[in-house]
Amino acid sequence: MSFGPKPWHQTNWDFRAAFNFIFGGAGAGLLIAAAFSGAAGNALRAEMLLGMALIGAGLISVWFEIGRPLRAMNVGFNPFTSWMTRESFAAGLVFAFGLAAAWLGSQPLALAAALAAVVFAYCQGRILQAAKGIPAWRVPALIWLIFTTALAEGAGLVVALAALFDTPARGALGYFSLALIARALAWSIYRGGAAKIVVRAALTRLERSGKILIQFGALAPLALLLAAWFAPDAARILVLLAGIAALATGWQFKFVLITRAAYNQGFALPHLPVRGTR
Amino acid sequence: MTRWAMVADLRRCVGCQTCTASCRQTNATPPEVQWRRVLDMEVGEYPAVKRAFVPVGCMHCDEPPCMHVCPSTATKKRADGIVTIDYDLCIGCSYCAVACPYQARYKTDRATFAYGKPTASEEQGFDPKRLAVATKCTFCVDRIDAGLAKGLKPGIDPEATPACVNSCITQTLSFGDIEDPHSNISQLLAENQTFRMHEELGTGPGFYYIWDKKVEETKT
Repeated sequence: MSFGPKPWHQTNWDFRAAFNFIFGGAGAGLLIAAAFSGAAGNALRAEMLLGMALIGAGLISVWFEIGRPLRAMNVGFNPFTSWMTRESFAAGLVFAFGLAAAWLGSQPLALAAALAAVVFAYCQGRILQAAKGIPAWRVPALIWLIFTTALAEGAGLVVALAALFDTPARGALGYFSLALIARALAWSIYRGGAAKIVVRAALTRLERSGKILIQFGALAPLALLLAAWFAPDAARILVLLAGIAALATGWQFKFVLITRAAYNQGFALPHLPVRGTR
Repeated sequence: MTRWAMVADLRRCVGCQTCTASCRQTNATPPEVQWRRVLDMEVGEYPAVKRAFVPVGCMHCDEPPCMHVCPSTATKKRADGIVTIDYDLCIGCSYCAVACPYQARYKTDRATFAYGKPTASEEQGFDPKRLAVATKCTFCVDRIDAGLAKGLKPGIDPEATPACVNSCITQTLSFGDIEDPHSNISQLLAENQTFRMHEELGTGPGFYYIWDKKVEETKT
């Protein structure tokens, strides 16, 4: 059998495309968490710059993957139907508002950058969901899984950075906890949708990765946050570990989703040809 | 209104790959790039095994997911249903390739030839514009347009018909205007039972597979 009906793994997008979702999602989440956490002054500046650096790293990574990098500006030609074009527009707004916010230390501009980052993270989910050729990506619930993991990763980064220098604010920890729960719920819904259409090989990889996302990306960080509540002396290190766990598990999930579980549709014959006698 | 479509009679295909070879020769595609390929499928388990040869390629969909996702507008659909790629606009992001449920798209980053150095025909057909961008079956759109300009009928006159259809030794492949009720393929579709690949995805493929006669005829 040269190419039988069994799906095989796509070879068009590799780790460079995965890095766009990994760094871009975390960067967008960081901008959102930083802007809404009420950070000000140098802390706000540093978080805005780090968020934009992550998004930029993701875009540069995918720039290395495209066949004609000198035509990269053509990515903006189809805002009517392409979520990739829309993502590029959102990225432009993130950089415009984010750089202005970092330059001026302005909270309103940081909020504007955060809103653009919300759109950017949403576009990332839609980009994958619009890829009809990959069943694991076209599950509608993936949009919210990609979005909530961006929120959880960003919140994890914010609390981890805060824990390096001081005890993080309760509001930030509350937002972080909610983002972790939202991500776990999104995974649960996504898993139910994926199980209906994804081939066994892909589902096995997704479930292994999802288990890590739940155990080390939701339960463990929430337990660490709870422990930090009761052990104030160790709170900073516990929160730091929780933030890193949320970030790392989100990254591993996206890496698996794009480079390990992206089996294509394959081919299917609803009817076999009827030849000769019946 | 014209809507070009292709029909493959699965009862006839013998898997000879002549259409694949003809397509490669006509379109000068590099090694491992087969805009028209024939799958050799085995279905079932011993002793109830059935085998089918299935020509596949770009399905020139009514709602092409590749076109909707394309960020550069390089992929377009013509009024006659043919999905095209503008090699000068394409950025080679491969988003269309992961959006296509038919694995019909290819991207070749550097020039490759069957025997290292290009043969005379490979040299003649080599197009640097096709490097590092998405490529796929065009339904031999140049032949269709040139044929129409000469007053020929695609699907009937070989000069105006896709190369794979012309070369098919068993007349598995047919091409024509599905909007014309008197066309060759409209007749085939009227007389036979057909399906389209992955129809449930809502892409509306312009490629039909015949698998049996119409039930009414079978009964008589």
